[in-house]
Order: sequence, then C-alpha cells, then structure tokens
Amino acid sequence: MKFGTEIVVMCVFTFLALVAAGFGVDEPFRQHMWVLFFVLLGFVIVLLRNTSFAPAAPVDPSAYMDGPVRYGAIATMFWGVVGMLVGVIIALQLAYPDLNIEPWFNLGRLRPLHTSGVVFAFGGNALICTSMYVVQRTSRARLFGGNLAWFVFWGYQLFIVMAATGYLLGITESREYAEPEWYVDIWLTIVWVAYLVLFLGTILKRKEPHIYVANWFYLSFIVTIAMLHLINNLSMPASLLGSKSYSAFSGVQDALTQWWYGHNAVGFFLTAGFLGMMYYFVPKQVNRPVYSYRLSIIHFWALIFLYIWAGPHHLHYTALPDWAQTLGMVFSIMLWMPSWGGMINGLMTLSGAWDKLRTDPIVRMMVMAIAFYGMSTFEGPMMSIKAVNSLSHYTDWTIGHVHSGALGWVGMISFGAIYYMVPKLWNRERLYSLRLVTWHFWLATLGIVVYAAVMWVSGIMQGLMWREYDEQGFLVYSFAETVAAMHPYYVMRAVGGAMYLAGAVIMAWNITMTILGYQREEEPMPGSVPALQPAQ
Amino acid sequence: MDYSLMREFADSWGLLAMALFFVGTVAFAFRPGSRKQADEAARIPLKDD
Repeated sequence: MKFGTEIVVMCVFTFLALVAAGFGVDEPFRQHMWVLFFVLLGFVIVLLRNTSFAPAAPVDPSAYMDGPVRYGAIATMFWGVVGMLVGVIIALQLAYPDLNIEPWFNLGRLRPLHTSGVVFAFGGNALICTSMYVVQRTSRARLFGGNLAWFVFWGYQLFIVMAATGYLLGITESREYAEPEWYVDIWLTIVWVAYLVLFLGTILKRKEPHIYVANWFYLSFIVTIAMLHLINNLSMPASLLGSKSYSAFSGVQDALTQWWYGHNAVGFFLTAGFLGMMYYFVPKQVNRPVYSYRLSIIHFWALIFLYIWAGPHHLHYTALPDWAQTLGMVFSIMLWMPSWGGMINGLMTLSGAWDKLRTDPIVRMMVMAIAFYGMSTFEGPMMSIKAVNSLSHYTDWTIGHVHSGALGWVGMISFGAIYYMVPKLWNRERLYSLRLVTWHFWLATLGIVVYAAVMWVSGIMQGLMWREYDEQGFLVYSFAETVAAMHPYYVMRAVGGAMYLAGAVIMAWNITMTILGYQREEEPMPGSVPALQPAQ
Repeated sequence: MDYSLMREFADSWGLLAMALFFVGTVAFAFRPGSRKQADEAARIPLKDD
C-alpha cells in the first residue's frame, strides 16, 4: 500500500489543526487543537513509515475482512480497562474527596471520561468490531467498500481521543452521554455515516437471501444512533475557532431532547446493539439455533416501537407536561414485555445444553449477561413508575441500576463475544486459559453484586433521608448529613468496582497471551472431558 | 405546520399507522407456514465456520 491520498489528506488536516491551535479564540480550544495536531502528526508518520511500493497482494473478494475486527477486539479490551479504571478512580474520589486533583482530574471532568470511556470507547468498539464480524458471516459476504472499514475504525478512535482529552481540558456541552463539543460531534457524524454505508453495503451484497436477526438489531442501533446524535447535538458554535456552542433548543424542550437522546442511547446503543451480539454469539457458543426465531422478530419490533418513547421518565416531577411524563412511564412499563421475551429467548437457546454451564465458562458468562439483562430491564421500568421514581430519582439507586445493566449485561455479553472471537480471529486452537475465564467470571459477578447491592442500600437511604420531615414540617437532615451517611457505601462500591476491574485485567492478560500464541498448561474444566475409567 | 397540528397528527393517524404496522409484523411473523422459514433462518449462523 502506498497510502498516497491518505497521507496528503492527513497532512492537510494536520496543518489545519496547527492553524486552529494558533488562531483559536479560547485557551481550551487551542490546547485541544494541539492535541489533535500531535495525534494527526503521529498518524502521518505511521503512514509514511508503512508506505510500500511493492505491488499489493491481490485481495480475495470472497475472503472475510477481519483486520479491522482484530484491531477492534484489541481496542475494546484496551478502552475497557481504561474506562473501568477511571470508574474506580472516581468511585474513590467520591469516598475520599482529597483525591480530586485540580483542574484536570477532578470528579466533574473524570466522570464523563468514565461514562464515555465505558459506553462509547469500550461498548462502541465492541459493537463496531462484532458487527463487522457478524455481518460478514451471516451475509456470507466481504465487508463493503475496501478500506472503508479501516476508516471507520481509526476515525472512531480519533473521536474517542478527542472526546476524552476535551473532557480533561474542561470542554463540554454538559449533555449527559453527549458531552463532546460541536467539532467533535461533526467528526463523529462523518464516521457514523461511513459506518452505516459499510454495514448497509455489506448487507446489500449478501449471498444469504435472508437477513439474520442479529443484523436487524445492529442496523437499528446504527440508524437510531445517527438520528439521536444529529438531533440532540443541533447547536450553534459561538466561533468556528472556539470550543463553545449553544443548543438549538432551550428550557424544557432542551431537557426532553436530551433525555430522548439519553434514554435511547441506553435503548439502542446499550441494548439493541448488544442484543445483536446475543443473537449471534450465544447460538455459536452453545452450537444451537436460537430458541424461537419468530419470537426474536417480535422482540425486535416491539423493542423498536416502545423504547423510543420511554425518555420522559428521566424528567418526572419537572417542568415537562404531566401527560408526557405519564407517556414515558407507560411505555417504560410496556418494555417489560419485549425485554423479558428477549431474555427468555436467549436463555432458552441453551435448552438441551444446560450442562455447558458447568463446563464452559464463556457460556456461563453469556448466561449471566442475559440474566442481568432481565434483572435490569425489570428494575428500570419499576423505577420509571412515578411513585417509585419520587424516591429513587437523583439517588445512588439510579447509579446501581445503570451499573447492573452496564456491568452485568453490556460488559458480560461483550466479554463473552471477545472470548469467542479472539481464538478464531488469530487462528488459535483455544484460549490461553479457560481457568482464567472462570476467575474473570467470578470476580466480575461478585463485583456487580457488591456494587448493585451497596447502591440499593445507599440510594434508598439517601432518598429516605431527603424526604424525612419532623412533626413540625421541617426537613430532618441537611444535605451534607446525607452525604456523610453514604461514605461507607462509597468505599464498598469502590471495592465492587475494583473487583470488576480486576476481572477485566485478567481478561486482558488472557487475550494478550492468546493472541501471542501461548497456551497455558492446566487441568481441563471438570466435566468437559470424560473421566478416565480405571482398568479393570 | 405548528405544534398543535403535529400533535394532532401524532395521536391520530400517526398512532394508528404505527399500531397497524406493529400488528402487521406480528401477524407476518406468525403467518401460516412461517415456522419452516424461521427454523431455516435460525440456522444461518451455524452454517458458517
């Protein structure tokens, strides 16, 4: 590859970043453009060093394109460990405020780094790489558009780096899960449209007549995120060389747009996309077709039709009109049906193969993911009921709920998919160690249980303290007293998070050794090989 | 096109169209003879490596 065009285009953008670093109207923007300049410069240097004038080997058009999937699996693992580490750090900052290091590493700047790090960097990379893996194998077609997949991969990493460094520099739109400022948003839009073209193009040139249900889920995730991202980020920059922009909406409209986005980021990014993963990797790992394909179709349409309306439940008892709050609550409760339909469908795929739970820690991980999908999608609608929400809202209960979904469902199903894919992608006979997967499984599961249980106690206590009146109608507790009461729970939460992080580090080690081609000598899992009978 | 007009459309024809579409997808999924096709589709991932 000569990379001629790429190098020229990248040089132009590197120069533009340098110009913007010089002429930027505010200090954070100038710093951010220096970051961009050095990242792009590094990219140009790598491209220059990899230039080769030897004729490129012909591409076999029938072979699958797995290069970007391999890079994606590594990126998933890397960002996962980084994002979870930042999570443990901010958990400790809440418990021990002295750990807030001004100005770059205080909680206000690290929190979006954690949320975007785990949701978009870890989860996003997991979704992009598994979707590329699954769409090729269920369509029996190579990825569409030549190097487009590489553009999507590297473009998305650039988005992550710009978003993350922007948060640390104090650049933010202050919109939950949509903090990056306007210029980073525009870049993500370009990358996302390329991703849509890549995915749709591959589906269009498929050799398999039917579009497998996993691809439906992935496609709905890509299309909906494009729509949500565009509308929630409609804003006017104060200057084309500045880091500040103003939203197109104001007041309650702005709040509703934000939570329409925020909840559907949960619904379509953290649910629909990962359900696509479930519908491919669970049948593959247990080697059985999905329990009911027709149920999966109904699961899909019901989820699509209901989720999009659930956002207003984030704005109970606010200036949002009452009817809109009730609408959000009703649709959230109706979501019980597709969620549990999907959970049953995933779990029942194991019927006839339940013994694999004992012998295959990867199956165990996937089943735990589906179980947490069921539990958190039960808890969520319950919390959206106004009466429950009046206790749970703004408390740690919400944080516990989010983490049982994110660590339990999203994390575990991604781990399962990566464990499945890596030996196949690098042509290894098996993982480096299945025993380490068991360690990971237990550390992660116990970590989530500690985390969620502690946050229930802490959140309900917090909510009860806030609403405690004495007989004369005065509030019993000051806000600072409720904060002090939560200290032990904050410490325990950090312990739960650290356990989950430890599991992820073990996984990173296991995956690295698998990629390098090592196999750990160890006892096979009990039950996986028939026990030898003593000679009679 | 103002808010009231869109609101009126949303809770009348829009609602009806979406409800009918959803009922249609359920009916289509369970139409007679769909079981065989669904079973074949469910085997798509298992046919490959």
